[in-house]
Amino acid sequence: MAQADSRLRVRRQDNITLVEFIDRNILDEANIQSIGEEITQLVDAEGAPKLLISFANVDHLSSAALGTLITIRNKVRDKHGQLRLANIDPQIYEVFVITRLHKMFSIHETTDEAAKSFE
Amino acid sequence: MSHAKPQPRYDVSVMLTGDRAQIDQVEGDIIARLEQFAYAKASRFAVKLSVEEAVANAFNHGHKNLPPGVPVRLEYAVAPDEVRIAVEDQGPGFVPADVPDPTMDENIEQPSGRGIMLIRAYMTRVAFSGSGNRIEMTYKKPAPKA
Repeated sequence: MAQADSRLRVRRQDNITLVEFIDRNILDEANIQSIGEEITQLVDAEGAPKLLISFANVDHLSSAALGTLITIRNKVRDKHGQLRLANIDPQIYEVFVITRLHKMFSIHETTDEAAKSFE
Repeated sequence: MSHAKPQPRYDVSVMLTGDRAQIDQVEGDIIARLEQFAYAKASRFAVKLSVEEAVANAFNHGHKNLPPGVPVRLEYAVAPDEVRIAVEDQGPGFVPADVPDPTMDENIEQPSGRGIMLIRAYMTRVAFSGSGNRIEMTYKKPAPKA
């Protein structure tokens, strides 16, 4: 369940937790921190989480947001869970490529494709 | 007779206090000027990202040990063919060459340290001055595709 002041939309679909961002810009450090904490709670609530993060509404994100994604990825991995990213704008995807993070994350064009990719 | 090296000139100078609304306002003003000069979406993305990273570095690293509210100076000039931006903090500075390459395998899982490499990737020219506490960035508008 999303928190009252959440920057996220969260829903459960089968065994998958789907997270979408409300903000178009994920730049504000305080927001990024609270997003990280909220997703961490979702990860901690599951045994082996299947987490799907959609960037459908996102136009801009900062390197601080990338850092939070890495931290989330490591927490999911530590719990033997799976993380998928989807609906990333081509310009933001280029940021993943420049930083080589596209190799670290499982990135899919759509949430449907991402959902089907879970093992 | 000596010839001093001409310093880049900026049209606007703003003292940022770290307030998010002010940063959003200034970024919005810069992007509005880019739109006036018909910079493409990709150019606007590049400039916004670089400003964001430079300002974040100034406050998070440059001002790490300074009291909150110490301002960061942001200067900019938007011309039809190029954008110039400078961000100067009041911290002790740093040596840019000492920042580890975040794309190396041993650093790839580090959650921070990507700001400068993103700025270098997106901007046409990047220079540090002073003790490393001032970054000057230039973005050249790409030539239209034939």
